[in-house]
Amino acid sequence: MAKYNFKIPALNEYPVVPELEEDTMAHMETFRAKPEFQEALGFKGELGENWKEDCIEVIGELLGKYRSLQVYLDSCVKCGACTDKCHYYLGTKDPKNMPVARQDLMRKVYRRYFTFAGKYFPKLVGATDLTTEILDDWYNYYHQCSQCRRCSVFCPYGIDTAEISMAAREIMDRIGLGDKYSNEIISKVFKIGNNLGLPEPALADTLEGLEEDMQDDFGVDVKYPLDKKGADILLVTPSADFFAEPHVDGLIGYGKVFHEAGVSWTLSSKASEAANFGMFIGSYENMRKISLRIREAAIELGVKRIIFGECGHAWRVAYSFLNTLAGPFDFLDPDYPVPQHILEFTWDEIQKGTLNIDPSENDHMTLTYHDSCNVARATRMGDKPGGQFEIPRNVIKAVCNNFYDMAPETIRGTTFCCGGGGGLLTDDLMEVRVKGALPRMEALKNVIEEHGVTNMAAICAICKSQFTKVLPFYGMDMDMIVSVHQLVSNAIILTGQKTDDDDDD
Amino acid sequence: MSFLTMIFAGLFYAATAIMIAGLVSKITQFAKTPAPLKIPTTPAPTTQTGVVLRMFREVAFFESLFKGTKWTWIFSYVFHMALFLVLFRHLRYFINPVPMPVELLQPFGMYGGFAMVAGLFGLWGRRFLVDRVKYISAASDHLMLMLLIGIGISGLSMTFAVHTDVVAVKAFFIGLMTFSFSELPADFNLLIHLFLVALLMIIFPFSKLLHIPGVFFSPSRNQIDNPREKRHLSDWARKLED
Repeated sequence: MAKYNFKIPALNEYPVVPELEEDTMAHMETFRAKPEFQEALGFKGELGENWKEDCIEVIGELLGKYRSLQVYLDSCVKCGACTDKCHYYLGTKDPKNMPVARQDLMRKVYRRYFTFAGKYFPKLVGATDLTTEILDDWYNYYHQCSQCRRCSVFCPYGIDTAEISMAAREIMDRIGLGDKYSNEIISKVFKIGNNLGLPEPALADTLEGLEEDMQDDFGVDVKYPLDKKGADILLVTPSADFFAEPHVDGLIGYGKVFHEAGVSWTLSSKASEAANFGMFIGSYENMRKISLRIREAAIELGVKRIIFGECGHAWRVAYSFLNTLAGPFDFLDPDYPVPQHILEFTWDEIQKGTLNIDPSENDHMTLTYHDSCNVARATRMGDKPGGQFEIPRNVIKAVCNNFYDMAPETIRGTTFCCGGGGGLLTDDLMEVRVKGALPRMEALKNVIEEHGVTNMAAICAICKSQFTKVLPFYGMDMDMIVSVHQLVSNAIILTGQKTDDDDDD
Repeated sequence: MSFLTMIFAGLFYAATAIMIAGLVSKITQFAKTPAPLKIPTTPAPTTQTGVVLRMFREVAFFESLFKGTKWTWIFSYVFHMALFLVLFRHLRYFINPVPMPVELLQPFGMYGGFAMVAGLFGLWGRRFLVDRVKYISAASDHLMLMLLIGIGISGLSMTFAVHTDVVAVKAFFIGLMTFSFSELPADFNLLIHLFLVALLMIIFPFSKLLHIPGVFFSPSRNQIDNPREKRHLSDWARKLED
C-alpha cells in the first residue's frame, strides 16, 4: 500500500454527499494500449493526424446504430437526480464523476457537431469544439465509470451513463486511443481462450489438482472435467475461478453441487472464460466474437445446457446478450433457459432436496451479501423480476445460519459497485478503485459494528478480486470476501464422505 | 387586419409548423434508430403489459425521480401537473363551445398558474443553491426556466391584475384555425405572453424539451426483460451473421 500516494477517504457512519472539488481525479489516466493490441481487435493502432474528423465520423455512425445513445444525448434536462448516485463521485468529489457531467463530456461535443442549437448557439447550450483537452477528459473520465447503471435507476428518463461510456470507449478505440487493460485481455481471449492467458495444459493440471484434493479431503471422486464430449452441461466460468482466492473455492463448490446432483458436466478449454470484456469497450463486434467461442464449444462438445459460474459482467452478457450475439440456441435442451446461472441450478437442487446440507459448517462466519452491480441492474435469475436478489440470498440462507443485509439503499437494485467493475480492475487505476469502494465499505463497516458480520459474500470475479485488494486500505481483512459457492461447498456433505472419525482410524 | 395581428398570426403559424416538423423528424429519428441489445434497467417487467405500466408510472408519477431526489420531485411534479391543468384550461381558447370538463376545471386552473410558477422557482433555486446542480447547469437551463416563468407570470397577470379581452383572444385563435382572421387585442401582457409561448414552441424540438418524446424511447425503460426467451436482433447486427 505504501507505493500508492493518495489519501484514503474516511468512513462515515451515514452516507455523506460531498461538496464538489474540481479536478481531484484529472490526473487519473490509465495506460494506453499499444498499437499491436489495438490492431488485434480491429482498431486503429494509434491516433492519426485526422483524429478529430475520425472521431466525429464514428460518433455519427454510433448515433445511427444505438437508439440509447441518440435518445440519452438528447433527453437530459440536467435535473441533478443522478449527481449524488455514483460511487466514484461520492468517493472522489470530482464533479466530472457525477453521471450527468460524465455524459456531458460527450454531450457537449455531440451538440456542437450534430445539433442546430450547438452549431449556431454553442455558448448558450454548453456545446464545445472537440479539442485535445476534451479527448484527454474523455480518456480519463470514461475510464472512471464502472458501467454499473446505478445512475440509470434514478434518472426520470432512464439515461444510462454506461451506454455513453461504452460508446465513448468504442469511439476512442476506433480512432486509435484504447486502454491497455481491456484491450490486452481481449487479445488474450482470442489467442489463448481466457482473460488470464491460462493455456489448456495448465488448466488441465489445475483441475486434476482439485480432484486430488477432493479425494484426499473427503475420499470422494468429485470430478472437474475438461473438454469432455457428450457431457450434459457446459460450465463457463471466469478464469479467476481456476486459481485466485476466494474464487477457486467457488469452483470447488460448483463441482460438489454437480456431483451431488448427479449430472454430467464439463468445462471447455476453448471457452475457458465467462467474462466478456468486449462489453467494457462497447464493441459489439468484439463482444460477439468472444461470445461465439461459447457457441462453438457447446456445439463441439455436444452439450445440452450451458451454465455460467459466478461472474457479474459475464452474467450480463450471458443473460441479456448471448442469445442476441451467438444464438439461436435451438440445438440445446429447450426445457432449460439458455444460459442458466449456477445459482439458479444450485437453488433448484436445494429445493429438490438433492443436496445434503449442514449449515452449521458455516457457523464460524456471520455473512452479508454484496449484490454485484451488473447482476442486480442488468440481468435476472429465475422467472420473476428481482430473482437476482432473492435466489443468491435464498442459497446463502440455506447454507448459513447467520446472515444480515447491509443498509437497504446500498443493496439490491440500488447496490453500489465494488469500485473495480467495467474494465477498471487494473493497478494503474488503484486510486479510483479505492475511492470508488467507499460507499460499499461504509455499508459493510456498519453491519460489522451492528451485527458482528465477519464475511461478505459475492458472485462476481471482479468484486472478489477488487475487495481482496481494497479491503486492507480501509483497515479490514482481505479474507473477508467469500464466494457464494464457497459457502455452499463448506455446507455440503458429500455422499460417502469420510468423517473425522475415519481420519482417526 | 392590423399589422400586429398579422405579425402574431404569422408567428403562430410558423411556431406550430416548426414545432410539429421538428418533433416529427426527431421522433422518426428515435423510432428508426435500432436498439441492438436488451438493456432494460432491472428488475424490469417480463411482459408488454408490465412495460406499459412501468412507463405509465414513470410519466404519471415520475417514479424514478421520486427515488432519486425528493425536493426535485416535489418541485418538478408540482410544476408539471400544474402546467397540464393550465394547458387543459387553455383549451377553452381553441374549442367552441367549451366542453364541460374544461368548463368545470376553470377555477382550479386559475390557481394552477401559481403552483406552476412556484414549482419553477423551486427548480430554479436548486440551480443556485445545490453546488452539484449549479455545476451542471448551462445558460440554456436557466433561460428555459426564465422563459416558463415569464409565460406563467404574464399569464397570471391577465387573470389577476390587468384583464384582457379573452373573447377577442379566443376569436383570434379560432380564426387562425379556420383561416377567418380576427383582431388580436393590443394588450402588453397578452403580447408578451403569446410571444413567449411561440418562442417555447419554436425551441421545443431543438432543446431539452425532447425529454418528452425521449422517455418513451428510452431502452432502459421500454424494453421487456425476456432476452433468454426471445431472440432480439437488430438489422445491422443480422448483417454480421451473413
